[in-house]
Amino acid sequence: MSNALMNSLQPEANPNIPQIRPGDTVRVYQRITEGRNQRIQIFQGVVIAQRGGKTPGATYTVRRTASHGVGVERTFPLYSKTVEKVEVLRNAKVRRAQLYYLRERQGKAARLKEKRFLRT
Amino acid sequence: MRGILGRKVGMTQLFDDSGQVIPVTIVEAGPCYVTQVKTVETDGYNAVQIGFEETPERKLTKGQRGHLAAAGAPNLRRLVELRYQGAPDLGLGDEIKADVFDQGDYVDVTGVSKGKGFAGVVKRHGFAGGPKTHGQSDRHRAPGSAGAGTTPGHTFPGMKGPGQMGNKRVTVQNVQVALVDPDRNLLAIKGSVPGPRGGLVLVREAVKKPRA
Repeated sequence: MSNALMNSLQPEANPNIPQIRPGDTVRVYQRITEGRNQRIQIFQGVVIAQRGGKTPGATYTVRRTASHGVGVERTFPLYSKTVEKVEVLRNAKVRRAQLYYLRERQGKAARLKEKRFLRT
Repeated sequence: MRGILGRKVGMTQLFDDSGQVIPVTIVEAGPCYVTQVKTVETDGYNAVQIGFEETPERKLTKGQRGHLAAAGAPNLRRLVELRYQGAPDLGLGDEIKADVFDQGDYVDVTGVSKGKGFAGVVKRHGFAGGPKTHGQSDRHRAPGSAGAGTTPGHTFPGMKGPGQMGNKRVTVQNVQVALVDPDRNLLAIKGSVPGPRGGLVLVREAVKKPRA
């Protein structure tokens, strides 16, 4: 039927979000509105999963280790308007699409091998 | 009562102004045409008949063609009547587009639900079924008792049992309109809507509007 109608609702990609992949260490800048004030909150961690490709409902999950070794994961919608920008800090060589095994690892065991050649 | 016919296109997500995700059903709504106006004087009640979806002339009977020609409407496949409290504010042949509704309006959406065929009691009424273990055989999805014994001697009417599920007219009430675009004949309705993709749906003003 109206695939055109569905496609017309595809959200616009945020130009400040580069191509990201599982294993990337990223810094997510999110706009937070508190009453009348706005500020930017930064969430830095490893992308452990991406869901939904480029569909309107696509998301990516970022995991970081907070104080006392507590893991914190946040899932951001790819097309979220509150995400100002995403910076890729490093790429890692990973052999699977979902890095859920990182949840069971701590410290040195949770390291990922860096990619030698940066993607272009 | 304001209303429009459309076809369900599918579901997707939108972001609202605060960045929250809202699940929506996309409906390709209209354009519809007023094919008949009924008033208390002419028919004993107030209503407007609207038509949707153009169709080749050969698919209509002469009677249908005459009825539509009298309204100055194109050849339409689907006709539906909307009751009005007072005198209808629409005239014969008027075009109804998606902008009969505004963003944030509460609407009722009617469609024919997806048919599930002859369904058992677990799927159809949410019964728990029988025990899965402890030597049970053939009792896993059984309905259990249908009533007492000699007194009253029969099963009470209305007892839930297996039977046809779905493929039935269903209305969801008080759902909000998330987005309107008359140029694209687009209506985005928050939440889900009865029926398969491509199914005919009738969107009407909510009868039981929630208090603001």
